[in-house]
Amino acid sequence: MSVLFLLILASLAVALLFLGAFWWSVRSGQFDDTSTPPLRMLSEEDHAGEELEKRKEL
Amino acid sequence: MGRFYALEKQPGIRVAAPPAPDRFAFLDAGTLRETLADYADARSTRVTLRIPSMHCLACVWLLENLFRMNPAIGPARVDFTRRTLTLSFDHNQLPFSGLVHLLTALGYEPDLNLGVLREDKTRGAPADRGLWLRIGTAGFAFGNIMLLSIPSYLGMKESELFRPFFGWLSLGLALPVLLFSASSYWRAAVLGVRRRMLTIDFPIAIGLAALFGQSAFDVATGTGVGYFDSFAGLVFFLLCGRWFQQKSFEWLSFDRDYRAYFPLSVTRLTATGAQAISITELKIGDRIRVRHGELVPADARLLSGTAQLDYSFVTGEAVPVERQPGNLLHAGGRQLGSAIELETIKETSRSYLASLWDHEAFRKPREFTLNNLTNRAGRWFTAAVLLLSLGAATWWFAYDAKLAPRVFTSILIVACPCALALAAPFALGAAVRLLARHHIYLKNTDALEALAHVDTVVLDKTGTLTRARPTANYTGESLTEAEWHAIRAVASQSTHPVSRAIAGPDSAIPQAPVANFTEIEGRGVRGIVDGTVVTIGSAKWIAENSRAPVTVPDGATGVTIDGQFRGYFNIVSELRTDVSRLVEALGKGRKIALFSGDQDTERSRYEGWLGPDADLRFSLKPTDKLEAVRSFQQGGRRVMMIGDGLNDAGALRQSDVGIAVTEQASSFSPASDVIMEADQVERLPKLLRFARYTITVVYVSFGLSLLYNVVGLTFAARGALSPMVSAILMPVSSFSVVAFALLATRAVAARTGWGTPRREVLA
Repeated sequence: MSVLFLLILASLAVALLFLGAFWWSVRSGQFDDTSTPPLRMLSEEDHAGEELEKRKEL
Repeated sequence: MGRFYALEKQPGIRVAAPPAPDRFAFLDAGTLRETLADYADARSTRVTLRIPSMHCLACVWLLENLFRMNPAIGPARVDFTRRTLTLSFDHNQLPFSGLVHLLTALGYEPDLNLGVLREDKTRGAPADRGLWLRIGTAGFAFGNIMLLSIPSYLGMKESELFRPFFGWLSLGLALPVLLFSASSYWRAAVLGVRRRMLTIDFPIAIGLAALFGQSAFDVATGTGVGYFDSFAGLVFFLLCGRWFQQKSFEWLSFDRDYRAYFPLSVTRLTATGAQAISITELKIGDRIRVRHGELVPADARLLSGTAQLDYSFVTGEAVPVERQPGNLLHAGGRQLGSAIELETIKETSRSYLASLWDHEAFRKPREFTLNNLTNRAGRWFTAAVLLLSLGAATWWFAYDAKLAPRVFTSILIVACPCALALAAPFALGAAVRLLARHHIYLKNTDALEALAHVDTVVLDKTGTLTRARPTANYTGESLTEAEWHAIRAVASQSTHPVSRAIAGPDSAIPQAPVANFTEIEGRGVRGIVDGTVVTIGSAKWIAENSRAPVTVPDGATGVTIDGQFRGYFNIVSELRTDVSRLVEALGKGRKIALFSGDQDTERSRYEGWLGPDADLRFSLKPTDKLEAVRSFQQGGRRVMMIGDGLNDAGALRQSDVGIAVTEQASSFSPASDVIMEADQVERLPKLLRFARYTITVVYVSFGLSLLYNVVGLTFAARGALSPMVSAILMPVSSFSVVAFALLATRAVAARTGWGTPRREVLA
C-alpha cells in the first residue's frame, strides 16, 4: 500500500504537466477569442488554411 | 466563391454605390500605414481593421477567404465578438488603399476614424488572460483536491496512514489558489478597509480566509484534512461567475470619445494641388477644403465659399448656421452647401468639440457600481455574519472554551456569501445577453438595475419620437432617374427644412453641380442641373411660375421641371411609433417629460399625446437639458433619459440611465448606458418591466442562497461541520442558485415578451 505515495506523486506530476500546457496555451493567445471558432466550425469544407497551404507550395 | 450564398440565404448588405477611386488615397500617404498596422516589414503588413457591418457566418467566411480574390492578400482572421479582421497583405503588390477599397466595395467598409489611431491594440490581452489562468489553476486544484478527499468523504478508517499525506498535499495544491487565483479578493478587501468602500468582495474574502485558515490549522495539528476542496471549489465558481459576466459585455465598446466621430482624412490644398492627408497631420495655417456632407475637422477661418453648417451634433440647433468668408467656424459642423475653403487656426485636439466632451458631466465618475444591489447586500451580510460569529463564539466560550474558535471560523465559512455573489452576475448577465439579441445593448449590469427603479422618463423629441429627418412624400407624374437626381441636387443646395426633406439622406445626395441656384425666401428655390431647370416651391409661387394651370394643395410643395408642373411633395414629420400608446404604457406611475431644442411650434400636438401631466420644455440647449435632469434628480427622482445621443450627450450621462436611440448600432454616442436600435423604441415599457422582474429574480436567488446558509449554519453552530457536509453544501448551493438565476431570467424574459427574436443576430 505504501506504493501509493509514489503513485500519487507521479500522477500529480503528470497533472501538473497538463496545467503547464494550459498555461502555455492561454499565454500564446489561444483563449483570446472563444466565440469566432465555434462559428467558423459551421462551414464544413473549404478551410482557408488548406487553400493557403496549397498556394504556398505552388 | 459561391459558398457565400450557400452559407447565407439572405445576405443583408447592399452597398449604395461603389466608392470613388481616390477616396482612400490618403491611406498611402506618409506613415499612416505603419501607424495603423500591427506589424510591417519589407514584404508584408499585418493590420487589424474594425468592420462593424459583419453580422453573420457568411461574413466571417468571406472575410477569411479574401485571399481568393486577390493574391496579394494572405491569411485573415476574424474576431467576431469585436467585429475585427486581422490580415496580412503584400503592400508592394496591393497598396493599403486598395485593400480598403476592396473591402468597401464588398460591403465591409472598415471603421476608419480618428479614434482608430488611438485604439489600444492590446485590448483583450493581459486582463482576460489573467482570468483564464486563475480559473484554470483553481479548477485544477479543485479537481485534484477532491480526489484526495474521497477517503474522508467515505469515512474510511484505513486512511490513518495517508491522512497527513493527503492533508499536506491538499494544502500544497490550495496554496496557488490562495495566492494567485483568489488574489483579487484580497486586494479588494484591503482596499475596502483602507478606503471604507466595502463591496461584496469583503465578506467573501473573510469567508475564504477563514476556510483556508481553519483547514491549514487542521492539517498542521493533524486533526483532519480540512476543507481545501470547498475552498478551491468556491474560488473556482466565483471566478467562473466573473468570466460569465465579462462575456456579456465584449460586443460594444462603450469607451468612445469625440475622436470617433472625426474622419481620418482631410483634403489639404497646397501650391501643388489638393492632397488627402491624415487628420493628425493637419497643422495650424493649413488650407483645407470641406465638401458637402463633410465635417469641419478643426476650428478654422472661412476663406472662400458660403458655409452652411449643421451643428446639430454639437449644439442641438436644428437650423443650420450660415457664415461668410472671414468668419470663424467651430469644429464639428457638417457643411451642407457647395465646397468651402478654410484655414485651420487650431489643432483638432484642442478645438471646441473636444471642450464640449470635456464638460464636467463626462468626467464625473459613476458611483453606481459601488452602490448596486450586490454590494449593498454584501455590506448588510458582513455586518450580520460578524455579529453572529462573535456572538456564537462568546456564547460557546462560556460553555466550552475549546470549541469557541472552531465555531467562530465555521460560521464565517458557512456564511460565505458566495452564492450571493453569483446570483446577480448570472441573472443580470443572462438578461443583458438576451436583450443584446434584440438589438438593445447595455453597458453593464448596473444599467439594468437602474432601469428597474426608474420613476421619471425624459424623452428627447427629435430622433426618439420622430425620425431624425422628416420625409417627403411625392404625388404626381412619374419622374425619370435623371429628373430625381436634378430635383435632389437642387434641393440640397438649400437649408430650408422642406428642401432638406426633399433632398433625402445625406448619403444619397448626388454630387451634380447646380448652376444659377437662387433661393427666394418664403417662396422656393430654382436651379439648373445639366441644362434642366428645376423649381421647387410653395403652391402659390409655383402657380405663378408655370405655364399651365396647377393643382397643388395648400401646405404642400410643388415642383416644376423646365417650366412644366410635375407634382408636389407633402412633408411629414414621421413618428417612429404610436406615441400615445407608448406614453400610456410608460406612464403608469411615472412622470413623463419631453425635451426639445426646437421652437415650441408643435407644443399642442405633443400635449395631446403626452397628456396634461407631462412636462414639456422647448428651445433647450444641451446644457439646459443637463441641468433639467439634474434638478429632477435633486428632487429625489430616478431619471431615465432617451435621446439620439448627439446633442443630448451631457443629459444622457447625467441621468441615472441614459438610452441612446440609433438607426445603426455601429455609430452611436458614448455617453449612454444603453444603446437601442430605433425599431425597438416601442418596446420601452416592456424593457422596464423586464428589468423589474429580473431584479426580483435576483432577490429570490438571494433568498435561496440564504436558505443554504441557514442550513449550513445549523450544522456549524452545533459544531458538527464535517468536510463531507461542507463539500456537498458548497457546490450544491452554487449550482442551484446559478441554475435558478439563469432559468428564472429566461422564464421572465419569455413572459414579458423577450423570447426568441424575430431577426436573429449572432451576438
